[in-house]
Amino acid sequence: MNHVKCECGHVNPFGTVLCENCGRALAAEGEGNSEKLHDMRYDGSARRSQTYNKTIVDKVWNFFSSVKVGVWLIVITLIASAIGTIFPQELYIPSNVTPEQFYKDEYGILGQLYYQLGFHRLYGSWWYMTLIASIGISLVICSLDRVIPLYRALKNQGVSRHESFLKRQRLFSESYVDNIEKNVEQVKKNLTARRYRIREENGNILAEKNRFSRWGPYVNHIGLIIFLIGAMLRFFPGMYVDEVLWLREGETKEIPGTNGEYYLKHHQFILETYQKEKEKDVFQEAIDRVGDGSVAKNFQSNVTLYKKQGDSLPGEEPKLKEVKDFSIRVNEPLKFDSYAVYQVNYKLNELNKMTFDLIDKKSGKSFGKVVIDLLNPEKKYDLGNGYAVEIASYLPDFYFDDEGNPATRSRVPNNPAFVFKMIAPDRPKGETSFVAIQQTIEPNENNKYKMKFSGIETKNLTGLVVRKDLTLWVLGVGGAIFMIGLIQGLYWQHRRIWLKADNGKIMLAGHTNKNWFGLKNELDIILRDTEIQKPVDQKQLKE
Amino acid sequence: MAELSSTLLYIAFILYLIGTFFFGGSIRDKRGKDEKTNRWARLGIAAAILGFLSQLGYFVTRWIAAGHAPVSNLFEFTTFFGMMLVGAFIIIYFIYKLSALGLFTLPVALLLIAYASMFPTEISPLIPALQSDWLKIHVTTAAAGQAILAISFVAGVLYLTKVVDQSKATKKTFWLEFVMFVLVTTLAFVIVTTVFRAMDYESVFKWIDKNGQEAEMEFHLPALVAPHEGELLTKDRLAGFVELPAILSARKVNTVLWSTFVGLILYGVIRLILRKRISAALQPLVKNLNLDVVDEIGYRSVAIGFPVFTLGALIFAMIWAQIAWTRFWGWDPKEVWALITWLFYAAYLHLRLSRGWHGEKSAWLAVIGFAIIMFNLIFVNLVIAGLHSYA
Repeated sequence: MNHVKCECGHVNPFGTVLCENCGRALAAEGEGNSEKLHDMRYDGSARRSQTYNKTIVDKVWNFFSSVKVGVWLIVITLIASAIGTIFPQELYIPSNVTPEQFYKDEYGILGQLYYQLGFHRLYGSWWYMTLIASIGISLVICSLDRVIPLYRALKNQGVSRHESFLKRQRLFSESYVDNIEKNVEQVKKNLTARRYRIREENGNILAEKNRFSRWGPYVNHIGLIIFLIGAMLRFFPGMYVDEVLWLREGETKEIPGTNGEYYLKHHQFILETYQKEKEKDVFQEAIDRVGDGSVAKNFQSNVTLYKKQGDSLPGEEPKLKEVKDFSIRVNEPLKFDSYAVYQVNYKLNELNKMTFDLIDKKSGKSFGKVVIDLLNPEKKYDLGNGYAVEIASYLPDFYFDDEGNPATRSRVPNNPAFVFKMIAPDRPKGETSFVAIQQTIEPNENNKYKMKFSGIETKNLTGLVVRKDLTLWVLGVGGAIFMIGLIQGLYWQHRRIWLKADNGKIMLAGHTNKNWFGLKNELDIILRDTEIQKPVDQKQLKE
Repeated sequence: MAELSSTLLYIAFILYLIGTFFFGGSIRDKRGKDEKTNRWARLGIAAAILGFLSQLGYFVTRWIAAGHAPVSNLFEFTTFFGMMLVGAFIIIYFIYKLSALGLFTLPVALLLIAYASMFPTEISPLIPALQSDWLKIHVTTAAAGQAILAISFVAGVLYLTKVVDQSKATKKTFWLEFVMFVLVTTLAFVIVTTVFRAMDYESVFKWIDKNGQEAEMEFHLPALVAPHEGELLTKDRLAGFVELPAILSARKVNTVLWSTFVGLILYGVIRLILRKRISAALQPLVKNLNLDVVDEIGYRSVAIGFPVFTLGALIFAMIWAQIAWTRFWGWDPKEVWALITWLFYAAYLHLRLSRGWHGEKSAWLAVIGFAIIMFNLIFVNLVIAGLHSYA
């Protein structure tokens, strides 16, 4: 059961459709039906999926080796991907509302449904991943199922082909000529000129070129598989870092994801817009249309990168060594080691310092200034002469919670509020006062002293993203192999021409895996100066 | 320089128009069946080449004037797409010498350029995300890939025009005619926009947007529909017959309505004149067509265009996204639709190579493929909000 022997004596693997050696049809289907053209896909070789179907392995193999299944997987993935673009993905919605609320408010009942079906994070869903994984499996099995037998078939192909094989090629001609030898010689000369590799055997000729293009599909599938593996590698620890780093001007922080190895100091954030008078004449009209100064020209953070020297204990100030100064801009990330730091966001004029005067309410006399660092306020500010201010409580992002109590939303000083305790020689126990922006509340309403607001200082923040992606080179290799395979398979064609001469008759057949028009044109050149008939396109005759 | 650039684009437009008529003439011309002796065809391809050179001149002069590759907004991208389409056609023409392909390709290019001109055409400075060499590399390659793929659409339409039986109404005649109708509607959009632009039509509405904020909306076509709680501020203007909910952009819906209405009227007039379907009227023009050659052109343009598209719209796109947006892939709608286009043509190739989908099936697929490309160009830019909404 393991082999099939052809009439010509060649032993073929079980399941072979066309004899590897002479091209006779081995299976019953082609026999006796001289009208039919040979199905030349995979050169009639024995494919596992077409041969066995008994065990579970066979069945799984056969399922994934089917191009029909592969195409369905592609089409389903395509439709699923399209669904994911109907409404924005969770990633792109504002972060100050819950997704459930957002989809309902923004898109009504359809949005709600979209959220409930989980389409708001479609591309990370288990079923989408399963689809992609199935495509990957299909790629491997489809390729293996075809490439091995095809390789065998093309390697073992015989030069002398049986008449029935030639007659059932799409391009075929029969010519009766006086001088066979002369004609054959001329054809051979022409074929060589067209860079065909010629093999000869008992007056039969097989001329072949660009066989490598047959491997193109398999090469590009290997590239795709490497790419998919690369995409999976991201989930291994240490391969991938994606962190956000907010830095105020003047601030130095450890770069997250670098294990404390690197520090970044932010000197200045620059935001430039297109100003009418500064730009070229050709841009005036465009700037006018959208508004002067409303289009961003540059987002830039001037920073210095530091590397930590030696080990430091937790809490100890690390020793830093300057590595380089850099201006991070959009499209120009700061790169070091395998890390890259990108400009992605900014916040202008965040409150940074607030200044108050401690005054006597009646006389207005000041007893000193208190400058409060809103990010790191001190407990007590001593003003001398027995005057001091204590911060009993600090709410950086003040609001009244559901129960009407003062609370803070975050640690960011968006709306700072304080409970001050003002100590003076005549009020040694201190007076309490609640101070927020534009409001002062005194619990007993008869304070002598007051914290009078006198000024603010603001700072810009830059929002940076820190990335490390050690999978990129794998993806690059996969992509490159894919492109090579694609070009190899699509920009060249595997062409074969068979010539069989006996009894004053020359039979000529041609086959290509694509671009028949090109092969026909080439045959015109190959048959130049010979008496051999131009092959007829038997497929076209049929139509 | 900027003026010269506009003039060159205008000249290119006229030349493509002239080329279309020449190619039409070459098919009507009974004398020279052999393409090589057909003088009309030679004039046609000459007009196409001159038009292409003129548009290349537009591209170069605009590049010099702006200081960056003119592919940075919807107008620039779409005109470039049109130019690449003509370029791809010229190359294919010299391989296959098919006049009918010119007769069908040049009008598509004309429509693309005319459509593009309905959007803001002034030269604008680049936002930070676009300030990169990858702008020219990624966008031009992607556009070239799409244009080569679009040739398969033209070949598909040629194929279907010939093979679809017009003697009775079927699903096939309907969908082929629908393609014609969409082309007519695009023309209608161009006509309507141009007419009201020439009249300087403008009306302003005060309305309440979906966040409950009061805003103003400017219409450049008479408002058939009014925005949410809209109040007309301009005198003697149409106030709209229906009020739309806040999540729909009344201006965009209004434009779609106008284009559809005028498209229907225009299509009706054409039908009245022709007294048959447009695709039926076009059928005699393709009767001498060798179907095998047309099928092959369709297939080859996919085979050539697919790698170019992959390189430009996926690989270069990923490299740039890694530099500009910190990640090579982020499921932005434009990215997803590029992936969808790619998956679609991958399916096309597999169906063709392994399942024997040649001829008519292949032609229908090519039409769907072009619809996906156009969807990505128009709908994703204008309707679905994302990082690529530069128009």
